[in-house]
This record gives sequence, structure tokens and C-alpha cells, in this order.
Amino acid sequence: MGEINISKEVIQGFVDGTVSVEAITLFAIIIGAIFVNNVVLSQFLGICPFLGVSSKVETSAGMGMAVTFVMALSAVVTWSLQHFILVPFGIEYMQTIVFILVIAALVQMVEIVLKKVSPSLYQALGIFLPLITTNCAVLGVAIIAVQKDFDLLTTVVYSVSIAFGFALALVLFAGIRERLEVEDVPQGMRGVPIALITAGLLAMAFMGFANVVPLP
Amino acid sequence: MSKLQIITKGILKDNPTFVLILGMCPTLGVTSSAINGMGMGVATMVVLIMSNMVISLIKGIVPDKVRIPAFIVVIASFVTIIEMLMKAYVPSLYASLGVFIPLIVVNCIILGRAEAFASKNSIFDSALDGVGIGLGFTLSLTAIGAVREMLGAGSIFGYSFASDVMPLLFILAPGGFLVLGYLMVLFNKIAKR
Repeated sequence: MGEINISKEVIQGFVDGTVSVEAITLFAIIIGAIFVNNVVLSQFLGICPFLGVSSKVETSAGMGMAVTFVMALSAVVTWSLQHFILVPFGIEYMQTIVFILVIAALVQMVEIVLKKVSPSLYQALGIFLPLITTNCAVLGVAIIAVQKDFDLLTTVVYSVSIAFGFALALVLFAGIRERLEVEDVPQGMRGVPIALITAGLLAMAFMGFANVVPLP
Repeated sequence: MSKLQIITKGILKDNPTFVLILGMCPTLGVTSSAINGMGMGVATMVVLIMSNMVISLIKGIVPDKVRIPAFIVVIASFVTIIEMLMKAYVPSLYASLGVFIPLIVVNCIILGRAEAFASKNSIFDSALDGVGIGLGFTLSLTAIGAVREMLGAGSIFGYSFASDVMPLLFILAPGGFLVLGYLMVLFNKIAKR
């Protein structure tokens, strides 16, 4: 795993046997996925909703929640498909087709189930769900988790952390954009260009997290 | 619309990167060098041309209700073919583009053109539209990659001219956002004239 710079308490716990190696690995994965290797600002996945939905803090938070939900669910389903169907039958090359169809179907299903089971949650997340099918972060995380050969628990932890990182970037960016709206931006830079440059500065700030933990 | 116009509008008036602002993930993710940007652009262009042609062929057969899933299956099949071809013949490019190759399937440019153009026009026009939009995408990605490579690594298409003194930042993630932002300003300035 390389070097891990974590607090003395955790290392003491590891020495005492109260904190396991798995826990430390998972901790590294969580911090790595949220801060160090932030899905939007360093891996460039999910840029479309990042630029499209992030004009208000509230909608960004809603989108973040919806993505967390779908990402965790789709990671479990695609992991199971990969390990119980694609690998045993030797048809790994079908991965892209199977995964995208499963994710699209899953989003539809989540929408229908949510509408029936929890109307209040549907009210909160409903409008964001159709947008998620085209969020490349969902498919991207499913493929990366399979490529890195994670087990099921690690896959779930990884995808939820990635989604939290996505939500964090989205909410931070929305906060900046709310301020930006009242600023006097030069004519040619209004809209997407200034948003991209702001995102660049935010990404620079996130580079400060590099080397905090080894990349999972 | 003349045949030539279908091709040229994809490069300037409907440029997918700078005007339509579609397919931002690969645009930022793979353009750390000119050759990577170009490879991604060409791979996307091939998928776009093929899927446009097939979707134009099947537009009369597929029921309206299931057309989006049908389009996605067509696109995903071509992406899989391209993925296998690249793995076999250009393994180094395949390795550096990484997860963004399977992610061509969720590139909104391709589904967007299928829905907006190929499902309404003839096979030949759809192919030309794929060429035009694909060229626009390839040129944009190559330009972004070239600027980032020149500023960040001091080389162009791998030919180094000043490797020791360049700010690495432009090859890293923030540089992608910054270069794309400023290039978009420049494009708007030139295109509006």
C-alpha cells in the first residue's frame, strides 16, 4: 500500500490489534476517493452535471444525494453481474453494453419504486434521476471498481466515497457560482468559460490533498 | 443544406466542444497531450459515423418508445468493437486513454446526433454529419491537448522543445479546466466576428 500518513491513534490501534489492516485500507480508499482523487476535479468524470446543475446549492445537494444512491446501487449490481455472469461465461468483452443497459434500467426502476414507496424522497430526488443515466461517473465508477479488482465491500465503500466526493465538489462549486452571478464578469467569459476557470482554481485547491494518503 | 455544409457546420458553427459544450468528460480527461486528444477524437469519430449510419438505417423499424435503449445498444456495440481494435493494434494509446474508451458510450455527442440528426436523415447525410461533428471534436481535442502539452511539458506531439522549465500544472487536472476555459473565450471571440 505504500506509505500511509494517518493519525497516531489509528496507528496505536493497529499496534494494539483494535484496528485491522482492512479498516486502514478502507480508510485510505475513502479519503482518497473523496479528496485526493476527487471524481470531478481530478478524474474528470461527471463534468456535465457538474457544469449543468451546479448553479444553486440546494439543487446541487439534491443531485449529490441522488447520485450517491444510484452509484452505490449500480456498483453492487454491476459487480455481481461481472463476477457471477460475465467472468464465469468468459464474455467480459460484453462489459460496456451490459453495464450501460443495466444502469439505464436501474435508474428507471429506482424512479418507479421510489415513486411508490417513498413519495417524499421521490419529490426530493425525482427530477435528478433521469439525468443520472447520462452521468458518466456512474458507469465510470462501475468499470473502475471492476478494473481494480475490488471485493464487494470495497466496491460499495469506494462508490459511496466517490459519490460523496462528487457531491462535495458540486456543492462547493455551486456556492462559488452563486457569488459569481452578481459579479461583473467580462463579456466573452460569461457562462461556461468562467465556470471552467473557477473549476480549475478549485481543482488546484484540491491538489493540496495530494499525498495525504496513497491512491487506492 | 448542401453536402459540404453538413460537414463544415460541425467544425465551426456546431462545434461540439466549444459551442454545443457536449462530451466534456473526455475533452478534459484525455487531453494531457496532443496525441491522446487526437486518438480520443478519432475513436469517437469512428463510433459516431458508424452509429449514425446504422441508426439512420433502422430508424423506420425501431418503435418510437424504445428508440433510446435501441440507440444505446447500437452505440455500445461500436464502442466495444473500437475498444477491442485499439487494445489489439494501439495498446499504448489504449492504456493512456484508459476508462475513457468504454465511456465513449455515454458521450452525449453521439446520442445527441443520433436523436437530432441520424433518426431523421438519410444514411449518406448521417455519415457526413458524423464526419463533420467528429472532425470538430477531433480538432478541438487535438488543439486543447497541444496547448496543454506545449505549456506543461514543453513538447508537441511528443517532440520536445523545452522540457525542463515548463509548469507541470497544465498537464495535471487544474490545467485542463483552465486551458479549456481560456480556449473557449478565444473561440467565442473569433467565431463572433
